[in-house]
Amino acid sequence: MARTLWRRPGRMVPSLLRSLFRHPATTRYPFVKWVMPADFRARPVVHTENCIGCKMCVRNCPSGAIEIEPVGEKRFEARIDLGRCVYCGRCAEVCPKKTIELTKDFELAALDRKTLKVVYDAPPPPAAAANPEAGPERDAGG
Amino acid sequence: MPDKKRTVRVPIGPQHPALKEPESFMVDLQGEKITSVALRLGYNHRGIEKGCEERTYMQDLYLVERVCGICSHSHATAFVQAVEEIAGLEIPRRAKYIRTLIAELERVHSHLLWLGVAGHEIGFDTLLMYSWRDRELVMDLFAELTGNRVNYAMNTLGGVRRDIAAEQFPHILKIVDALEERTKYYIELAMTEETLAQRLSGVGRLSKEDAVRLGAVGPTARASGADRDTRRDDPYAAYDELEFRVITDDRCDVFGRAVVRLGELMQSYSLIRQILKQMPEGPIAVKAPLKIPAGEAVSRYEAPRGEDVHYVRANGTDKPERVKVRAPTLANTQSIAKMLEDGYLADLPIVVAAIDPCFSCTDRTIAVRGGRDSKTMGWEELVQYGVRWYRERGVDPSRIKVRGDESA
Amino acid sequence: MTVGSAVLNILVFPGFLFLVAFGLAGEFVDRKLYARLQNRQGPPWYQPLADFLKLLGKENVIPEGADRPTFRLAPVFALAAVVASIFYIPLGSTTSVLPFEGDLIVVLYLLVIPTVAFFLGGWTSRSVFATIGAFRAITQVFAYEIPLFVALLAPALLANTWSISGIAAYYAGHPWLWLVNLLGFGVALVSLLGKLEKVPFDTPEAETEIVAGSFIEYSGRRLAFFRLAIDCEAIVGASLVAAVFLPFGLGLTPVLGILVYVAKVLLILGILALLRTLFARLRIDQMVHFCWSVVAPIAFLQILINLVVRELI
Repeated sequence: MARTLWRRPGRMVPSLLRSLFRHPATTRYPFVKWVMPADFRARPVVHTENCIGCKMCVRNCPSGAIEIEPVGEKRFEARIDLGRCVYCGRCAEVCPKKTIELTKDFELAALDRKTLKVVYDAPPPPAAAANPEAGPERDAGG
Repeated sequence: MPDKKRTVRVPIGPQHPALKEPESFMVDLQGEKITSVALRLGYNHRGIEKGCEERTYMQDLYLVERVCGICSHSHATAFVQAVEEIAGLEIPRRAKYIRTLIAELERVHSHLLWLGVAGHEIGFDTLLMYSWRDRELVMDLFAELTGNRVNYAMNTLGGVRRDIAAEQFPHILKIVDALEERTKYYIELAMTEETLAQRLSGVGRLSKEDAVRLGAVGPTARASGADRDTRRDDPYAAYDELEFRVITDDRCDVFGRAVVRLGELMQSYSLIRQILKQMPEGPIAVKAPLKIPAGEAVSRYEAPRGEDVHYVRANGTDKPERVKVRAPTLANTQSIAKMLEDGYLADLPIVVAAIDPCFSCTDRTIAVRGGRDSKTMGWEELVQYGVRWYRERGVDPSRIKVRGDESA
Repeated sequence: MTVGSAVLNILVFPGFLFLVAFGLAGEFVDRKLYARLQNRQGPPWYQPLADFLKLLGKENVIPEGADRPTFRLAPVFALAAVVASIFYIPLGSTTSVLPFEGDLIVVLYLLVIPTVAFFLGGWTSRSVFATIGAFRAITQVFAYEIPLFVALLAPALLANTWSISGIAAYYAGHPWLWLVNLLGFGVALVSLLGKLEKVPFDTPEAETEIVAGSFIEYSGRRLAFFRLAIDCEAIVGASLVAAVFLPFGLGLTPVLGILVYVAKVLLILGILALLRTLFARLRIDQMVHFCWSVVAPIAFLQILINLVVRELI
């Protein structure tokens, strides 16, 4: 780095003019979707059918975003407050049954805090399991 | 001649477009010249240190990571190093290398961000747009490597959480090559663009003596010729096994700070290449105990903005007894008033930006000892004082509903 | 001139409607080019109009202690002066709507009024940022206005007339003489940047220092009209520079003539957009120094050249 270089204004002209004919670096975001890489940590999803109710996730969550409630014989409902979640993925890491998964769905902005409270329903009781209409999970966030 | 009647007091902050965080600079002006500056911190105290005492070490990791958005890895690593020292954990070499890799990538993204902010503060928005465009390369790389663009959550007690596969190395190298080329362009631009030199040279002067006396750290100190860098002086992670040069400059002004940061970018690229070349095989973490034995430790870390210090005291439980964070900005704030002396109002934004401030990381409650109305009180006393204060003003605190407390 | 055509001239062409439409289109071209030069997408074509309409619907706030009539009238003054000056500038031909000997001086005078309006608006706002901005605006006037006057005086000297239409007609008759005025063209462009308060001369409204300068207390309708006045000022300034320094295609049919005129204005706006991407904002002292030590001497050199050329031909 020599200290006495010839200084002049308007040094950026060549690269500016090149930009003029280049494709813009920005995208028309809401119209052009942005896809995050596969391992991105965003909205957590709980597959409650495997949950054993050990509450390791509840104990380990840094922000107290997850709640596990028993709703019947060995059936558990999971509630995640996406407004509190810091998306660290600690819950997925400590879960012994790997029931929690972090998806790459990052577009979670909401106008109402209430819509950020997502409930993952417990699996249907064994007797009702034959009923095909009761889905194993419901995404209330949508 | 300072003439009291002709000075104008201009409030820069707590809300002002030049400042990205709430901070107050009361500037006295004579014409366009600054005669005095009064600085006030404390608009964004978040109580993170206290919050750390209420959570387990594992949970604290994610909390201290949020001390700063830009240098999140710095705070998490500084904290985790302190806890590991107390627990006597020796982390695997591969984990050390991965921590260093993330640290250097973070420095790259932080310095590129700074370059853009500096450009914006002097009205050179094209520089902002270009350097932030290039910074996106690092951000996308972070999303791939760590799973997030900002709060990487790479650290865990005893190592790191994610491995970096050998298949990802060529991609990282490709991005580093692209960024190196861009950085060379910015160095050339900084050296030869006349308007940049006009706005940066000789602005915000801080002599070496002042930098040392006021305890400046990081690029702010190094641009004043103070040759200090924790990575070399007190190596942590894998820095003792890597070759790099500590960039210093003797210009002592904002231009020097830009030159130091650009030089450090080049060093970071070389460090990343070395890390990828020397990355040892092996596990990425050792098992850490939930309860940390009693003890205390101080951990030093060279964040992009300067030396970051974490102090942790453990008492044998799974929660720390005390956590203290000394963010680099706290060390550098002192020097701002010095740099602004006899400066122009127009230079205030760039002078403040030149220390790469992160005021929210810095804000703490401060006990002023021996002041006029100062008093130190414990928690119980503080609660009583608060209740009394509101009663005197006709508010009954017992009737205030606390969120979540439906029964009240 | 009949009353009908006068009303048409004032309200439609080349008056208010044309100028507003062209001004908003000019702002779009400026912003889009600025964005593309910075490798960004840039706004859609209706963005300036959308911004204008949005501001119209916003709350109007007059700060306490402000001089209400002045505060209210400043944007109107600015816009009115700009719109009035378009009648003396020939667009696409060698005659303007109301040409007379000396209209060059009148236009230059009218184009100072917006800056004075910015100053008055800022001064009456009672905000410390607005006051600093107002002072910077008025300081800047003294720096760029003289070079601009001198730069426009030089072609007038050669053409031996004080009328813009006369100057345009003279250069249309002597097609190669415009090359003599190239230095003045550059000076006029630089001065125009100062007049429009664009980077590197946007010190009066420097966002990172004094937030928005004179406009800080303005909101809603009044801010919308200030911004519209600046847009129109860009068009009028560019038209003036085009009429004096770029005398091409003046003898064509009216429609073709207007198209050539629009192309010339857009070219000048494009150059201004490029210039404002190139530099860092100068400090007010550097700005004044630059104008007096570099721009003004070049303008005087142009006068000298034109005096010599006048003797030669």
